[in-house]
Amino acid sequence: MSHDHTHTPDPADPAIRTEAIESLLVEAGLIDPKRIDTLIETYEHDLGPLNGARVVARAWTDGDYRNRLLADGTAAIAELGYGGAQGERMVVVENTDHVHNLVVCTLCSCYPWPVLGLPPSWYKSPEYRARAVREPRSVLAEFGTTVADDVEIRVWDSSAEIRYLVLPQQPAGTDSMGEADLVELVSRDSMIWVRRATEPNPETAT
Amino acid sequence: MTDLELAETGPAAPPRANGELVFDAPWQSRAFGVTAALAEAGRLDWADFQAALITSVGHADTDGEDTGTPDRYWRCWLDALGTVTGAAGQIDPARWRERAEVFAERSPGHDHDH
Repeated sequence: MSHDHTHTPDPADPAIRTEAIESLLVEAGLIDPKRIDTLIETYEHDLGPLNGARVVARAWTDGDYRNRLLADGTAAIAELGYGGAQGERMVVVENTDHVHNLVVCTLCSCYPWPVLGLPPSWYKSPEYRARAVREPRSVLAEFGTTVADDVEIRVWDSSAEIRYLVLPQQPAGTDSMGEADLVELVSRDSMIWVRRATEPNPETAT
Repeated sequence: MTDLELAETGPAAPPRANGELVFDAPWQSRAFGVTAALAEAGRLDWADFQAALITSVGHADTDGEDTGTPDRYWRCWLDALGTVTGAAGQIDPARWRERAEVFAERSPGHDHDH
């Protein structure tokens, strides 16, 4: 081992207990894990992330914009009229089948306000900030996001000068959706990337 | 979409900042989401849950703990979830403990490489 794992989980730890009770309820067929994600989104206030969601939806539907966004995040985001914080550079990192990106600010809680609005409380917690770097997969699992073992996870540490935004993968089966509908699938959490962008409801998708 | 009536004030009210629910750690939002999903599926009686939550918060108060912090609040929430799912025969407390032990025993570093 190249580092010391000082974090030894205790079965009484609420994070462990929550994961355990969820797994039992899912196994019993009493709840659908996808509904959990959607419900959390519904009850968390979502101001501001709409700007980021529009950036993502534009990138999904316009390949040239996507390229500009990845090359110069600040300029591309400004094209849509967002930005304006003093001096921060926006860098957009893209999720692929082989690489998933996760954003944190270990020193404090730097966050791209103009596109994502207010940072969620958990993002500001010392626990998230430390654990995202040490054990990203565990952190993601606690959000209900599983990542295959062969997918690399890159953790980006935001700073006062550079803020990172994740361009999540477009959910399957949404190729024919228009930009306005795609915006609704992009949650704030999918741009920090602790959760994937929402899959559309199979009942209403064609 | 179900509109859960979350208490705005009183002991069963979740912590809020600027109207937004406060989750200090991912597991808290997960505990909330699991409960909401069960309620939405018609498998949890919301009034029963609220009552269990008030009881749980009451116990924590008696123990002299500050129930205003998100950590304490959501632990009470999790206990209440255990109470109502136990009473409904959906969760066996012993199985829950066992499952938690299994998860706790996963080796450190199981989820990433160096």
